[in-house]
Amino acid sequence: MLYAVLCYNDEDVVYSWSKEEDAAVMARLDVVHQRLRKEGKLGPTARLLPTTAATTLRSGANAPLVIDGPFAETKEQLLGFYVIDVANLEEALQVARDLAGAKTGSVYEVRPIALYLPDERTTKAS
Amino acid sequence: MSDIAWIESALVAARPRAVSALLRYFRDLDMAEEAFQDACLRALKSWPQNGPPRDPTAWLILVGRNAALDGARRASKLKPLPDDAQISDLDDIEAPLADRLDESHYRDDVLRLLFICCHPDLPNTQQIALALRVVSGLSVKQIARAFLVSEEAMEQRITRAKARVAKANVPFETPGAIERAERLAAVAAMIYLLFNEGYSAGEISARAQLCDEAIRLARLLLRLFPSEPEIMGLTALMLLQHARAPARFDANGEPILLEDQDRSRWDEKLIAEGLALIDKAMRRRQAGPYQIQAAIAALHARAKRPEETDWVEIDALYAALERLQPSPVVTLNRAVAVGKIRGPAAALDMIEPLAPRLSGYFHYFGARGAFLLQLDRKEEARAAFNQAIALAADATQAAAIRRHLDRLIRDTTSACHSRESGNPENLPVAGPAQPGFPLARE
Repeated sequence: MLYAVLCYNDEDVVYSWSKEEDAAVMARLDVVHQRLRKEGKLGPTARLLPTTAATTLRSGANAPLVIDGPFAETKEQLLGFYVIDVANLEEALQVARDLAGAKTGSVYEVRPIALYLPDERTTKAS
Repeated sequence: MSDIAWIESALVAARPRAVSALLRYFRDLDMAEEAFQDACLRALKSWPQNGPPRDPTAWLILVGRNAALDGARRASKLKPLPDDAQISDLDDIEAPLADRLDESHYRDDVLRLLFICCHPDLPNTQQIALALRVVSGLSVKQIARAFLVSEEAMEQRITRAKARVAKANVPFETPGAIERAERLAAVAAMIYLLFNEGYSAGEISARAQLCDEAIRLARLLLRLFPSEPEIMGLTALMLLQHARAPARFDANGEPILLEDQDRSRWDEKLIAEGLALIDKAMRRRQAGPYQIQAAIAALHARAKRPEETDWVEIDALYAALERLQPSPVVTLNRAVAVGKIRGPAAALDMIEPLAPRLSGYFHYFGARGAFLLQLDRKEEARAAFNQAIALAADATQAAAIRRHLDRLIRDTTSACHSRESGNPENLPVAGPAQPGFPLARE
């Protein structure tokens, strides 16, 4: 079974860490990553840039609305995510528009990825 | 990260919002700071036992406010509030409080607190010192070390600044749109000033952390005002410049020109964030000075090697900056780009008319000397470099120019043309590599 594990924390706290503190946290996480990798349990991994770099597209009655900033409402629930490889934010928003056109009432938060580790497993679990 | 380290990070992170909310409540800077301090002490006692609250900032505001009121009541012998244990048990009241204190409520509070620190009556250094003390929560000792003054002198400076802003009576009502925009602009300028204080120092010095603080404040501001393109631009600009920090100085602490830097040492994470932000800002099509400067920094960041730098685009961006914010310093920077595209003679023509206004400016003579040197006008170059040295702000600036002079002397005595003398890579003014240019003060 594939699972997505979503990580949450207080951005203000995380971005108050010094470079050394941040590196120490990443090193401790990496111990877990290495083990999971060895066990063939680790799929693609991503660390996102902060929410200040986010743009949100909300599909409306007519044209979808583009809002600076992260997705902030709580009445919708997280249903899934895509990792897309595009040239810039404009192109990423176009992808979100295309998706929104296929599915009404959706919200898409477009957030740049800071660090992306691709899936290294040889045999994919299903 | 141990519990105590986590709590300390949480307290640092909560400080700007908590102190600014307490300031609105008490309308007195000292009282707000004391209340926050009090709340922090209680947090250090309560959080390890009860676990951290869901919304640390809301907790600190409530506990800080109650503690101060409790103190006031005790002083006037009124009925005391419930004791710590009860105040700390906030499970029931926390949820509605957290709902009320979402980002939009903090927005004007934090902006007001920052704006108070950059009051026009305060000299620049006092503005920065006050912001570092009150908003960032740095100790007087840390700030004194960053500014290379004694702790007593810094304590005095901050006390004086506080007395001054107390008299300034910044209104506590919610600001209107124009007032809010004015406050944002003043605060942005102060944050960039803070950044430049750190940037002009080397990476190892105590001042380097000022860059981190400036970026932290900008990120905070951006979270509160997510659709301000100039705040995106300012944050991007600082991230892109700070990304070069590991490559900007050699082992002796001497600055390395942008073109000579080992680009593999630039911080990719900061660059990625800076590029994402400027990309996002540009979509709004409301150009501003910070966005343009960030776009220039982005072009440098995108060039894997110096030869790949898009000087034509940089020239165009400086031209846009000249229109928006005319200044001889901007023109001087533009001349560096023009020198790359059309050669040193064109660059020299461009900066010639600036002489009367930049006669006391180190970088003017540095650039002039370099252009002259490229044109093989050695005597004039020497004169320009000598003037630059006379105007150097510190030993490192002077040393950078002296290296050019040494090379000049070497060249003339050995009578052979150094391969480097005609190399534009050796400009002592690496325009955008020196964001310390006081654009705002021009």
